Amino acid sequence: MIVFQKPKSLTDAVLHYCPGCTHGIVHRLVAECIDELGIEGRAIGIAPVGCAVMAYDYFTCDMIEAAHGRAPAVATGVKRSLPDHVVFTYQGDGDLASIGLCETVSAAARGENITIIFINNAIYGMTGGQMAPTSLPGQVTQTSPYGRDVKTQGYPIRICELLSTLDAPAYLARVTVNNVKNVRQAKKSILKAFRNQVEGKGFSLVEVLSACPTNWGMTPQKALEWIDEKMIPYYPLGVYRDKEV
Amino acid sequence: MMAEHQIVIAGFGGQGLLFSGKVLAYAGLEEGRELSWLPSYGPEMRGGTANCNVILSDTPVGSPIVQHPNVLMVMNNPSLDKYEAAAVPGACIFVDSTLVGRKVQRSDVTACYIPATQMANDMGAPGLANMILLGALIAKTGCIRFDSLPEALHKVIPARKADLFDVNMRALQMGKDFTA
Amino acid sequence: MQQKVLMKGNEAIAEAAIRAGCRHYLGYPITPQTEVAAYMAKRMPKIGGVFLQAESEIAAINMVYGVASTGKRAMTSSSSPGIALKCEGISYLAGSDLPALIVNVQRGGPGLGGIQPSQSDYFLATRGPGHGDFHVLVFAPASVQEMADLTARAFDLAEQYRMPAMILADGTMGQMMEPVVLPEAKEPDAAEKPWATTGTGLRRKHNVITSLYLNPAELERRNVERFQRYAEIEKKEPMWESFMMEDAEVCVVSYGITARISRNAIVEARRQGIKVGMIRPITLWPFPEQPLLAAAGQVKGFVCVELNMGQMKQDVELAVRCRKPVDLCYRVGGMIPSPDEVLQHIRTMAEGGERK
Repeated sequence: MIVFQKPKSLTDAVLHYCPGCTHGIVHRLVAECIDELGIEGRAIGIAPVGCAVMAYDYFTCDMIEAAHGRAPAVATGVKRSLPDHVVFTYQGDGDLASIGLCETVSAAARGENITIIFINNAIYGMTGGQMAPTSLPGQVTQTSPYGRDVKTQGYPIRICELLSTLDAPAYLARVTVNNVKNVRQAKKSILKAFRNQVEGKGFSLVEVLSACPTNWGMTPQKALEWIDEKMIPYYPLGVYRDKEV
Repeated sequence: MMAEHQIVIAGFGGQGLLFSGKVLAYAGLEEGRELSWLPSYGPEMRGGTANCNVILSDTPVGSPIVQHPNVLMVMNNPSLDKYEAAAVPGACIFVDSTLVGRKVQRSDVTACYIPATQMANDMGAPGLANMILLGALIAKTGCIRFDSLPEALHKVIPARKADLFDVNMRALQMGKDFTA
Repeated sequence: MQQKVLMKGNEAIAEAAIRAGCRHYLGYPITPQTEVAAYMAKRMPKIGGVFLQAESEIAAINMVYGVASTGKRAMTSSSSPGIALKCEGISYLAGSDLPALIVNVQRGGPGLGGIQPSQSDYFLATRGPGHGDFHVLVFAPASVQEMADLTARAFDLAEQYRMPAMILADGTMGQMMEPVVLPEAKEPDAAEKPWATTGTGLRRKHNVITSLYLNPAELERRNVERFQRYAEIEKKEPMWESFMMEDAEVCVVSYGITARISRNAIVEARRQGIKVGMIRPITLWPFPEQPLLAAAGQVKGFVCVELNMGQMKQDVELAVRCRKPVDLCYRVGGMIPSPDEVLQHIRTMAEGGERK
């Protein structure tokens, strides 16, 4: 009897992510949702620049690698060309909330019928741990070696709250994957974000608070705890917009 | 020999200069002529100086930029100041004498003064001084045939303003009659 | 005979693109090319196409990248400062071997520059507009008719060679109206594109559109392969027009609006007994080297006429292997040379061929 299976929508490629990184969990959740909705054959994913840059190797659906921050614009082009297909982007915080903030906000404001999976781990991972737009006040990174000083480096951007000021988005939720219960909740939100698109409901974004033990300088276990202790207080979990409610 | 008409239409933005040029261009198209139409373009939508270059020819048009017009239509003082010197000897200069306070200085050109703005106001169509001047210009230079105008006007006047066809034709005719 | 219509150059590009089967226009407003967007905004919704005003030039080119990934004909248009912003996306298109059309109705620069006509993006266009080693096909129309014809050709060649193409026009070409015979309308997206990301349909392995190759040997191989394709293009696709070259002793080289001005100067020079002709490059990349090299054996020298400080002049010097003097007649900043200025350069070259 098979009790555990790899989702069909994940390839056999070995993930390149660091030990304790939560990208793997989120990849799996996305793949499960694609499987459950039966949309693999008409799904088109957009990979970002950042740690998930090679996501195109991991999903079995058609994939496009976008320039840094431009995934929502690329997704817009794909969706306008193929409105019946399911188009998603998978982006990190530097990609989505810094260099690509304009594309993010504009796609949301247009209510593009796409799904965005937003990995917020409060740091630039791939380049080796620099300050992200979502790094917490006081957080030590390579480019905020004395801790993020809000006087000179400003405050973090809360994407769900920011986008919830717009009329168009259909669904905005913040989840995390630092324990089993939270993973289950995250799955529900991601599934909803995809289902919304299938049902033509419009722009859906799920922000996933994620761990980066390597660049946070912590053990994987401690990193998961840090999400509870530091991130969630600044980035409260929950649904920020649900047009169905 | 049919001359090549190198035409400059100049004045303030909003006086219908580009429109006048388009009427000439469409009439030229109607007649199967070689032609080009080139507007000046700038940051302002209204006001400021504007002009339009139209070339009507029997041979392929080289540069669409009219450097030395042989036909000039001016609707303000700065335009006369600017283009009078540029005109070739023998050029025809059409001046809206309601708006342009001075006379043409050169003696080697033909000047034609038409109180077009006054005439347009009198006929109750204050926006059509351009068409009155154009009617005179066409009649005097023969750059296009007068009977090509109805078809050209139909193409230039947008559908939602189709009711303005008659009054435009009347203004053109008035200009023609003025020069007769 | 097909009917001639009167159109602005910018509108002719838009209508020709639609007739070439393009149903996706993504753009951002900038003078002097806004008529392209305005035309598309009117027409696309009526023919089941997509017009989208993007949030920026950067977003627009990336939307083009998205549409192109699905195998459909996509285009954007802008003017010089906006094209600079699109360069990132153009590089990604090139690196991913995607066809697309980028229209540049040039204005004066650098920086915000001005809004009057210019040809100062010659280097930017012909040297590969973006980071990395690549080319785009570059077409330089010199009439409204060519604005239309070259748009259609640009789409076809972009698709054939799987690379971006650029129409390098200028403010004059974009704004002027001339009679034009529009090209035949084509079915949109007729050609099969097995590489496109259109969904696997569970019938094939996934397609991936990417320009990322972390293995240096693989990336080298891809670059070399791309340049083999470029070599084929350089052999087959240069376009040019020869004007009065049979007995010419001076050869003017010019494209776009300055070629039109040069034509007037040449006609006048001939009237004065000066034997001058013109080679007008229609493609700027690939550059028509062969006719220029051939002319080098015939003429005393070349006169380049362009709206920049001599960017194409370098290509002419390379093409003629510096065998003959190459003079430059230029105006920049939105200024345009008069036929008289061009004529003076022609005369100087005809009399002595001394380089300035």
